[in-house]
Amino acid sequence: MERVTKLSKIIVITSGKGGVGKTTTSASIASGLSKLGHKTVVIDFDVGLRNLDLILNCERRVVYDFVNVINNEASLNQALIKDKYTENMSILPASQTRDKEALSKEGVERVLNELSETFEYIICDSPAGIEHGAMMALYYADEAVVVTNPEVSSVRDSDRILGILHSKSRRAEMGLDPVKEHLLLTRYNPERVQNGEMLSVQDVEEILAVPLLGVIPESKSVLTASNQGVPVIHDQQSDAGQAYADAVARLLGEDREHRFLDVQKKGFFQRVFGGKA
Amino acid sequence: MPQATADLFSSPCLQFKGSMVPLTTLELLYFEPDKFSEELREKVKQAPNLFHNLPIVVGLEKLAEAHSPLDFSLIQTLCEQEGIRLIGVRTDAPEQTSAAQTAGLAVFQPSRGTRNAEAETPVQEPAPSAATETGRDEAQPQRVANRVITTPVRSGQQVYAPGGDLIVLAPVSAGAEILADGNIHVYAPLRGRALAGVQGNASARIFCQSLEAELVSVAGQYKISEDLQGEHWKQAAQICLDGEKLTIKAM
Repeated sequence: MERVTKLSKIIVITSGKGGVGKTTTSASIASGLSKLGHKTVVIDFDVGLRNLDLILNCERRVVYDFVNVINNEASLNQALIKDKYTENMSILPASQTRDKEALSKEGVERVLNELSETFEYIICDSPAGIEHGAMMALYYADEAVVVTNPEVSSVRDSDRILGILHSKSRRAEMGLDPVKEHLLLTRYNPERVQNGEMLSVQDVEEILAVPLLGVIPESKSVLTASNQGVPVIHDQQSDAGQAYADAVARLLGEDREHRFLDVQKKGFFQRVFGGKA
Repeated sequence: MPQATADLFSSPCLQFKGSMVPLTTLELLYFEPDKFSEELREKVKQAPNLFHNLPIVVGLEKLAEAHSPLDFSLIQTLCEQEGIRLIGVRTDAPEQTSAAQTAGLAVFQPSRGTRNAEAETPVQEPAPSAATETGRDEAQPQRVANRVITTPVRSGQQVYAPGGDLIVLAPVSAGAEILADGNIHVYAPLRGRALAGVQGNASARIFCQSLEAELVSVAGQYKISEDLQGEHWKQAAQICLDGEKLTIKAM
C-alpha cells in the first residue's frame, strides 16, 4: 500500500531503554505542537503496558484501541480520544489485553495512512526495547526523538536505536532520505554533572553525535504532572515545562538557546533558609 | 493477520544469497589433546564473553603432520567443553577432508588471501610504514575493494570490507564491530571492536584518531580494552603485528 498524501510528519519518540521518559515526552511534545495550532495525534505503541492514557488523564474514556483499529474491529473515529487540555489533539490508546505481535506492519501502515489525512503530526510513543513493538513504532518514522538519560547504559541503548533507525526503518530500507534524528536529554541535573555523578551534555553529544533537541532538567514538576495526568508542558511555571516548550519550538525549526544547563546559583534567602527552587 | 499470511504464502519460502560471514579461525600447529585443552581453556579465560558460543573453524594450513588424519570428533568435544562451537575445518588435504566429513563438519577451501599471507608471514618483518604498503599490494595484487563509511557505526551494527580497506569517517560506538580484510582507518574515536586482516593478512593495520576500543585485532591476534589502557588510550594510534605480537604505536 502506497501512502498517497505525504503532508503529515511521523515522529517516533524512542530510546531503547525503559523508564527514561518516552511517554512523558510524547505527551508533552504532542500537547506542545497542538497548543501551537498544529493538528496532532499521539499513538501509544506500548501494547500490553499502556501508559499514555494515564499521563494524559483519559484512561476512563478508552473504549476501543489501536489493535481494534488494526483488526478492523473499530473505526479510527471510534478509537480516537479527544485531548482534555488542547483543542487540536487526539490520542490513540494502546490495548492493554493483547501482545505486541498484534501490530502488523500492514495494519500499522493502514492506520498511519488514514491518520495522515487529518493530522499534521503523528507522534508514535515507542515501547522500550528493540523488539517488535519498538520496531513497528519506528519503522514508518520521518523523524525520531531519541530520549536519553545522562548515564552510560541509557546512552548505549540510544546508540543501538539510532543504528536501527539507520538500517531497519522504512526510509533506510527504501533508500530514501534518512530519518531525521534528534537527541532529547531528560532528567538532567547540572549539580550532579558538576560532581561527576552524571554525564554532561557534551559527553552525551560526543558519544551519540546527534543534534540536540533539548535538555529537560530533573524536576519534581515532572512526577507531579504525570501523577495528576497533566502533561508537564502545560506547567509553564516549571523549568521542565519551559524546556519542553523550547524543544517543541526547535522541532518546528526555531533556533532557541539551550537553558537549564548550569547549576543555579542560590540566592541569599535560599542559602540562609535552605529553600528549594 | 490473515491477509498478511496469504500474501506471504504466494511468495517463495526461501532464497539464496552470497554473503561473507566473519568467522574466528583456530590455527592448529600440531594436535596433542591434553595440551590443546589446557591452552584453549587459558585463552577462553582471558575473554570469556568473546568465546561464549563462538562458532569457529579449525585452520590446518600450518599443521605439522598435514597428512595424518586428525580426530575431529575429539577436537569438537574439547572445544565444546570450553563453550566453543566447532563448525568446520579449513584444509585442502584429502585425508583431512574425509576425516572432517566423517565427523560431520563442513570443509572450507583455504582462501587465496590466506595462502598469500601464509607465503608472506615468514619473510614479513615488523615493517616501517613504506614497506607495509608494498607488502599489502603484493598480498592483494588486483582486488582492491575499499569501503568508505561516512555515518556513525552504532552499537549492534557490523560493517565488513571484504577484500580491501575499511575507512570510517565517523565515530565507531561501543558495541559496534568493524572488520576488513585489509587495513582499518577510523578518522574519529574508535570505541567498538575493530578487526583488520580477518582473512589472515598479517600486514594489515588499524589506524584511529582516538583509541578507545573494546577490542582490536590484526589477523586474529587481538587485545581487549583492558590491555589497551595505558599511554595510547584516547590518543591517535596505530595497531599492527610485530611478528606474532600485536603492538600499539602513537601516530
